[in-house]
Amino acid sequence: MASGWFAVRKELDSRSRLFLGVLSFLIPILLWCLVSYSPYVWHPKMAITEPGGVSYFKPGMQVDRTVFERESEKAQAAGKPLPEGEPANPVYLPAPHEVAAAFYTAFTTEPQRRNEKWLHESLWQSIQVIFWGFFLSSLVGVPLGILAGTYDLASRLSEPFIEFFRYLPAPAFGALAVAILGIHEAPKIAIIFIGTFFQQVLVISNTTRKLDPSLLEAAMTLGAKRLSLLFRVVIPGIVTDLYKDMRILLGWAWTYLIVAELIGTSSGITWFITQQARYKNFENVYAAIIMIGIIGLSTDLILAWLGRRLFPWQRVAKA
Amino acid sequence: MTHLELPSYLDQSPEVRDRFERLKQRPVILEVDALGKTFDSPQGPITALKNINFKTHRREFVCVIGPSGCGKSTLIRILAGLEEQTSGEVLLDGKSVHGPGPDRGMVFQGYTLFPWLTVKKNVMFGLERSGKDRNTAEEEARSWIDLVGLSKFENSYPHQLSGGMKQRVAIARALANQPRILLMDEPFGALDAQTRARMQSYLLDIWRNIDVTILFITHDLDEAVYLADRILVLKAHPGEVQELIEVPVPHPRSPDQFLSPEFLATKARLEELIHPPQEEEVGLSEEHLNMVRMVPLDDEVSDVF
Repeated sequence: MASGWFAVRKELDSRSRLFLGVLSFLIPILLWCLVSYSPYVWHPKMAITEPGGVSYFKPGMQVDRTVFERESEKAQAAGKPLPEGEPANPVYLPAPHEVAAAFYTAFTTEPQRRNEKWLHESLWQSIQVIFWGFFLSSLVGVPLGILAGTYDLASRLSEPFIEFFRYLPAPAFGALAVAILGIHEAPKIAIIFIGTFFQQVLVISNTTRKLDPSLLEAAMTLGAKRLSLLFRVVIPGIVTDLYKDMRILLGWAWTYLIVAELIGTSSGITWFITQQARYKNFENVYAAIIMIGIIGLSTDLILAWLGRRLFPWQRVAKA
Repeated sequence: MTHLELPSYLDQSPEVRDRFERLKQRPVILEVDALGKTFDSPQGPITALKNINFKTHRREFVCVIGPSGCGKSTLIRILAGLEEQTSGEVLLDGKSVHGPGPDRGMVFQGYTLFPWLTVKKNVMFGLERSGKDRNTAEEEARSWIDLVGLSKFENSYPHQLSGGMKQRVAIARALANQPRILLMDEPFGALDAQTRARMQSYLLDIWRNIDVTILFITHDLDEAVYLADRILVLKAHPGEVQELIEVPVPHPRSPDQFLSPEFLATKARLEELIHPPQEEEVGLSEEHLNMVRMVPLDDEVSDVF
């Protein structure tokens, strides 16, 4: 490789790609470590270790640095013992090792009240909401998208309204969904559905329209008509792109999850996050947020791998 | 350049003349009758084709040639039923045809194999559409693939094949339906010169051995003379038939004939029809660009000669 790392629009070799992929995760983690473990970077608070002569200081308490310095001066002037403390970050920025520990303890800690759920139960609940929302949306959205991309009739009849509806933010339907569907899972699934469906139809109809028309013409000169054109040419012709669209759309569905779970009775991973934030267990909050990322990314990687198995005619897939 | 004394392209040897007499006795497969096509454009209607008439006889090889913009692609798309004419009629075996159908096979310039099907499944596509059961279709597909010499690749996907191989599969796929006429729209246009030459002789082999009538569009004069029994020359704006040339080059054809007097005479005639002596274009003298010397006289390489 002559021009190396900065060749324009040239793919790097696989070892460099892997290295950079790992680095893309390492850089933010290293930044986080730097802020957490180096007392000279940021650390706007002081964690009190020894209250000294300051009456309201308690061991373990966090105060602003300016407050600490002011109280130290006052204590010095009054001839009382000086308070002691070390620089600390605010509680809402736990250190990496605390979050890493929370990853394990969050699963092993018993819920505080008896009717509350374990973390894995909360996660499972969230995954189910996503699944049903996305599944129901796809059940209608995929066929409608393909029809709209194939027949102008279907496109003209559905797309103008969908173009309008997709601008309505899904969370706006929260109250309505609760009024109609109750307070449990159903309204949450409905929000995911509303958030996904309208985009889905438009994305898929566009993908369908991108099918090379000469393939349809070739099929017609070979005797394919109406239904066989749709089922033997259009659908197999777009299925690889459709699959890619579905992977992206599934990602969008996840972005609606948190809003959806706040509707009615709070549930799933969102309930866990708000609950832990209330107890100021921020390391658990971070652990839960990162877990969502891990679940999302690993689903996508599994689907990508599965796609390469399912569609052997694709050229070597570029991730 | 010395000017060779060429015979007239109209001179035919007794054998060739006799063959054309017999050819014209054969039943008519395709008849195009007063065909016209106008497009609407923002600048008003444009006549792409005007009053096209010709007949193609059974097992004849007809090439259509013409300058760019003469509507040769429009013509073949109308014959295939992919576009509708504005006037006139297309008759196949005496019956008027509308819309595409398996009786008129087509090979396109771009590769139109279905990328999600293997070579074998591609060839089976038309057979299955005509209602043949899977086993029959598979068996027939195999023999067509064998015919174009790709048996080893029957389970490959199109993206694994070279351009020439793809077009061979496309030809097999079109022939498998046993169409009355095979329409070919510059099928070798995207191939390199060597592959193209090989494809031309494959095609002649196929044509000699199979009951198929071929209508072949090209812009390559050599290709037209080499392949065709008759050449339909179109002219542009509007697309009209300029001449229907009977190629005096005897059969069977071989690449050795490229320099035969009949071949050269026919090619010269096509040249005359398609590239008439240029009128002067704005800013350009006839043959050369307006260039001045831009290399210093004392340059290391001051002259290319």
